[in-house]
Amino acid sequence: MSSRAEPQPVTAEHALRIGGKLRRLRGGQASAAQDTPIDIAPPPPAGSVLDVRDLSVEYLLESGVVRAVDQVSFSLRAGEFLAVVGESGCGKSTLLFAVAQLLSPPAEITGGTVVFRGRNMVGMTDSALTAIRWKDFSVVMQSAMNALNPVKSIGAQFRDAMRAHGTTSKAEIAARSAEVMRMVGIDPVHLSSYPHQLSGGMRQRSMIAMALLFTPELVIMDEPTSALDVVAQRSLMVQIKELQEQFGFAVIFVTHDMSLVSHFSEHLMVMYAGQVAERGPTRQVFDSPAHPYTIGLMDAFPSIREERRALKGIPGRPPDLARLPHGCRFAPRCPKVMQRCKEEPPELYQLGSIDVRCFLYDPAAPADQGSAP
Amino acid sequence: MTVLPDSLGQPDSPGEPEVPGTPLLRTDSLTRHFKIGNALTRRTLHAVDEVSLSVGNREIVALAGESGSGKSTIARLLAKVYKPTSGEIYFEGKPISSISSRSDQLRYSGLAPMVFQDPFASINPVFRVSHGVLRSVKLHRPELSSRQRYEEALRVFDVVGLTPAADVLQRYPHELSGGQRQRVGFAQALAMRPKLIIADEPVSMLDVSIRIGLLNLMTKLRDEEGVSILYITHDLASARYVADRLVIMYAARLAESGPMEEVLTRPKHPYTQLLLSAVPDPRAPLGVGAETDRGEPPKVIDPTPGCRFRWRCPLAIEVCHTVTPQMEPIGPAHEVACHVAQSGAEVKAF
Repeated sequence: MSSRAEPQPVTAEHALRIGGKLRRLRGGQASAAQDTPIDIAPPPPAGSVLDVRDLSVEYLLESGVVRAVDQVSFSLRAGEFLAVVGESGCGKSTLLFAVAQLLSPPAEITGGTVVFRGRNMVGMTDSALTAIRWKDFSVVMQSAMNALNPVKSIGAQFRDAMRAHGTTSKAEIAARSAEVMRMVGIDPVHLSSYPHQLSGGMRQRSMIAMALLFTPELVIMDEPTSALDVVAQRSLMVQIKELQEQFGFAVIFVTHDMSLVSHFSEHLMVMYAGQVAERGPTRQVFDSPAHPYTIGLMDAFPSIREERRALKGIPGRPPDLARLPHGCRFAPRCPKVMQRCKEEPPELYQLGSIDVRCFLYDPAAPADQGSAP
Repeated sequence: MTVLPDSLGQPDSPGEPEVPGTPLLRTDSLTRHFKIGNALTRRTLHAVDEVSLSVGNREIVALAGESGSGKSTIARLLAKVYKPTSGEIYFEGKPISSISSRSDQLRYSGLAPMVFQDPFASINPVFRVSHGVLRSVKLHRPELSSRQRYEEALRVFDVVGLTPAADVLQRYPHELSGGQRQRVGFAQALAMRPKLIIADEPVSMLDVSIRIGLLNLMTKLRDEEGVSILYITHDLASARYVADRLVIMYAARLAESGPMEEVLTRPKHPYTQLLLSAVPDPRAPLGVGAETDRGEPPKVIDPTPGCRFRWRCPLAIEVCHTVTPQMEPIGPAHEVACHVAQSGAEVKAF
């Protein structure tokens, strides 16, 4: 299936440096921000917690500018669960880092806004960000093994985060730490355990517990279950969903495994080569996927219960973001490619409650080019 | 392009003169323990305990279980990276512990090569990909001339779908995608003319969209090249897609084994049922399962007798706490190590 070997594409992950970022995120340098008022604008009633408009991120590399996230927009209401799916290198992790304002050079936000509770976080000063990070929104990283500090006990890491945000009472810290550990189903005795003493599932759970130390309105999760096996994965997903229903925080959940989120997210956003390929209510996208890429992704999972049948997957691989095709970015791999796809890039077209970036759904398209199949 | 795997497996490969009834690979009570701790805290970790399994000719056997269950230790025992603590591995009817000469060792590792999980770490980055495949041909088939070696490299690259082969052979690993690199891994194995490929999680690090291609390649190798594959995985859906038989491991011991569809439609071990219930299926109707197990896999350090799943098992009875269940036949070619299932009772744990 894979025909020609092309040079390795420049992927978004290349420039991410998670370690230092995470330290900053947990509030290592929060001192200056303590007396800054946190809420300037109250959250709009029944409105969105997070509103991302035309967000673009570029990597400024020696070899040129690589646009890893290209004009992505979405908004998230309180208590909503948004899943972002796509192959590696599609920009999903970069998007998440951009939303959390955690990008470091050479990556840079070059356009768009990220409005969290009525305030644009793009261009916010570090001290203003430190005040709201972890307290109002937190991030659960992909690999808890690497995100947790190996030489500090879990409890000490919780304490750091709470002190950074002004909670200094020992009793208060101990009580809250024990409470969040119980929330994720871990015995609080493990607060004195070191990360290597816990299983992979418990490490991920304690990361989630740490993310809930305060009562954030938004929790951003980057493939938190990818290192777990199916049983642990499912139980963690159920738990995230329960906690979310209990505390009402919104979730952005990034994953490459579409089947994982099918039962847990309300909204689904499929990304391809830095752009939104399709987005809409999860169930609707699963029941009637519109974009040929989404259809391909759906068709790449062997079923465990249905009749066995041959699957093809998606031939080829995502384009090099530094050398994008002229027209539709999916055109070289698309089974339904038309002449027009090679000439001009498609926009997002509305199809009921779904947005899809494909000329098949262009209402202005000439009839003979085919409308929706 | 794909031939669907035949769930019941091919009865016999025509042409190959085989002693009837001798499986290609058979392990007999294979056991591997590791000593951990210092002199004062000496304990024994049971990585693999009394595992007896077999792989027939032209058969793909999936070995499934959660992380830490001992799957990869079995792969390393088969590859002779570890020596078994006790038990024996028979390849084509001969015990592999009797291999002593270098030529016999080379012959065995050529007949049963391994494909690793991480395609980014398992190919030498400073050589062109032709290096690895030519080297393995040179080592394992010294009778070939250098011209023939190159032709063989072209052939195996073609078989695994790395085309144009002459072009891809000249590339460096960093120029290839993860899926292509994993194909290089299979090509290297195939160049040795193997009878059995031990594939340890070969697709788990690849993107979903390209996994299927690799799985299709595995069935192609079985159907067209006559290779058997021991497919080690934690993903039951992909196991079902390629494999003829399924072997489930839990905490170093076998829990259940049998023909793929038989085990999946009539799972007898509570752990198999738990695994099946946890597989996400986007096509299934909406709704989160009511019962969700939150147990953690046991650490198998100095285990006491008794079923190792008993702490997580809703059906555990008294005997489960005292007697370790052994694998017993429960249907045609279907074996299970569960006291409840063996007593004939209906098992519906998850």
